[in-house]
Amino acid sequence: MTDTQGATIPSPAPAPEREPLLKVTGLTRHFPIRGGLLRRQTGAVRAVDGIDFTVNAGETLGVVGESGCGKSTMGRLITRLDEPTGGKIQFEGTDITHLGVGAMRPLRRDIQMIFQDPYSSLNPRHTVGTIVSAPFRLQGVQPEGGVKKAVQDLLELCGLSPEHYNRYPHEFSGGQRQRIGIARALALKPKMIVADEPVSALDVSIQAQVVNLLDDLQQELGLTYLIIAHDLSVVRHVSDRVAVMYLGKIVEIADRDSLYRSPMHPYTNALMSAVPVPDPRRRQSGGRERILLKGDVPSPINPPSGCRFRTRCWKAQDVCASREPLLTALETGHQVACHFPERSEGNDGHSPENAPENQGS
Amino acid sequence: MTDLQKTPADSAPAPLGDPFLSVRDLRIHFDTDDGLVRSVDGVSFDLHKGRTLGIVGESGSGKSVTSLGIMGLHRSKRARISGEILLDGEDLIAAGPDRVRQLRGRELAMIFQDPLTAMHPYYTVGAQIIEAYRVHHPKATKKEARARAVEMLDRVGIPQPDRRLDDYPHQFSGGMRQRAMIAMALVNDPSLLIADEPTTALDVTVQAQILDLIRDLQEEFGSAVIIITHDLGVVAELADDILVMYGGKCVERGPAASLFDAPEHPYTWGLLGSMPRLDRELQERLVPVKGTPPSLINVPSGCAFHPRCPYAALTGGRSTSEVPVLTEAAPGHHAACHLAADERHRIFTEEIAPRL
Repeated sequence: MTDTQGATIPSPAPAPEREPLLKVTGLTRHFPIRGGLLRRQTGAVRAVDGIDFTVNAGETLGVVGESGCGKSTMGRLITRLDEPTGGKIQFEGTDITHLGVGAMRPLRRDIQMIFQDPYSSLNPRHTVGTIVSAPFRLQGVQPEGGVKKAVQDLLELCGLSPEHYNRYPHEFSGGQRQRIGIARALALKPKMIVADEPVSALDVSIQAQVVNLLDDLQQELGLTYLIIAHDLSVVRHVSDRVAVMYLGKIVEIADRDSLYRSPMHPYTNALMSAVPVPDPRRRQSGGRERILLKGDVPSPINPPSGCRFRTRCWKAQDVCASREPLLTALETGHQVACHFPERSEGNDGHSPENAPENQGS
Repeated sequence: MTDLQKTPADSAPAPLGDPFLSVRDLRIHFDTDDGLVRSVDGVSFDLHKGRTLGIVGESGSGKSVTSLGIMGLHRSKRARISGEILLDGEDLIAAGPDRVRQLRGRELAMIFQDPLTAMHPYYTVGAQIIEAYRVHHPKATKKEARARAVEMLDRVGIPQPDRRLDDYPHQFSGGMRQRAMIAMALVNDPSLLIADEPTTALDVTVQAQILDLIRDLQEEFGSAVIIITHDLGVVAELADDILVMYGGKCVERGPAASLFDAPEHPYTWGLLGSMPRLDRELQERLVPVKGTPPSLINVPSGCAFHPRCPYAALTGGRSTSEVPVLTEAAPGHHAACHLAADERHRIFTEEIAPRL
């Protein structure tokens, strides 16, 4: 939505008008469970179970949810590291849902991934130069001025020193390794980057450095991000739009401001009220009522009927068990899948906490 | 800043009398092939019963080593421990390993970060809780111990505790495992509970449940709690007092409310500034602390924070040559910084506070 001043660098071509860069419809991924003598399929883990969304060029979509909600699987499906069971993924209008390895290869230049764990996503036996230049080798690209020069430029772009070219990953700290991972993802000047928990393994002070780096790179190169994270405050900081996932489904998707100011789905409300606030006075004055969800996330092997959140929802009624709520737009750009959404006008006083979080000082 | 005196009534004035736990100039160094690692280098604090101390710091700041040191879990030949750890007047460092073993689990208990690796996968949850109980209650029968274990599981909120007692750790979800570990830690009514990153591996919703549980249990048992974490939000939820560690040293220590309202040390400013917050208006950019945490083998000379400190130049070179000592900047609030207190307050109100 915010088309950044990415035109300074010629390579990422301006996206086609109004056509979303990425369009996902009804995406599902069921992991079969096999059992018995003949290894027949006895069930399926419904990790991703029918999700739809679009990502426009130049914007950042944040995806939040608890562990096991399918957000990482979704990221792997979009980058086609995993084969979807059903649904459709379109990248720049091309259907990439079931492309083979060979057919996918040219597209890998455009979609790259940043992984969560900077310790296991870099090969310890390769030097930084080898790691960051791998995309050039694999794609048969001869960058201008030679590979070494290109790699050193990338390292510099990501806040590392070009002299690090011949070092090994173990010589770097976690934050620096994450920068190496980012440099590798940027090597082929992709249009889109899928980042799976890019900062959750890092210390707070380093986390802020990497968040700012991602921000700068987007401004500079006109990148489109899909950022998967569990930390709601980080997602708020980096995203233009945010999707909330629960048990393989998107329960709410909206503009950042609208979502954080007036979350409509009870689950989003619960998630936000659970985030610890670094303000002891708030606790002492008891000013903050928190929604405590009971129990755990149900198993995705056998999800609850109807609305999947109903087993933990304080608003659940009979209709929630029988009919599945569809993702519908209640306001412009604010879609919710709930039978009893909280209205931003505040006509529903049923929730324990009606006041939005960020109105307090 | 001035209103820190009138914090709400329940942050009562520090209880009088001797502290239950008193750590004096604790140093824990490890001999390694690369050199001496000064993991903890002169940390002191007091903790009263019924109070919670939060220890905050980045990875490698020595916060976990401190807690393991209090538990007496650094008894390898390579660890050099000095200083005093007084538990109810008894020095744990001078005490023999047998004495510490008697206390560990009964007076001192610990909750670890990762419940899947902290519990034995081969034994049922019940067997592990029962063992913890019977070690310190040799006269208890198996039946009594089992009843006690069921009671504890029930107390921490595990449904159908009598049935779940015979489950293995892998049959529990992450949150339930953490609850089971809390049950195990509390089975002997310890007077001191150390929680080392108790919620880091958990989702926010489960984290909220566990933090609530720890708070309720503390109210009920009146024990002293040390909570170690890198998440300032978590300490704000639980702690009465906060100790900020950097490079093996305590750089700031004070009551929770004043530490968040009027932090004294530039490192604490950095931590607060680099954290995106849901309770504030969205900032355009985060303000990270530049550079990386120091290596504990080559701790920077003088103030360990000086290579990353934006105000190091204002100290007239003292920051690189002299180690700052912890001095009282406000009542009960100590900081180790070369900047004069007035100067710090000015910088904080003028430059830092507006962007927090």
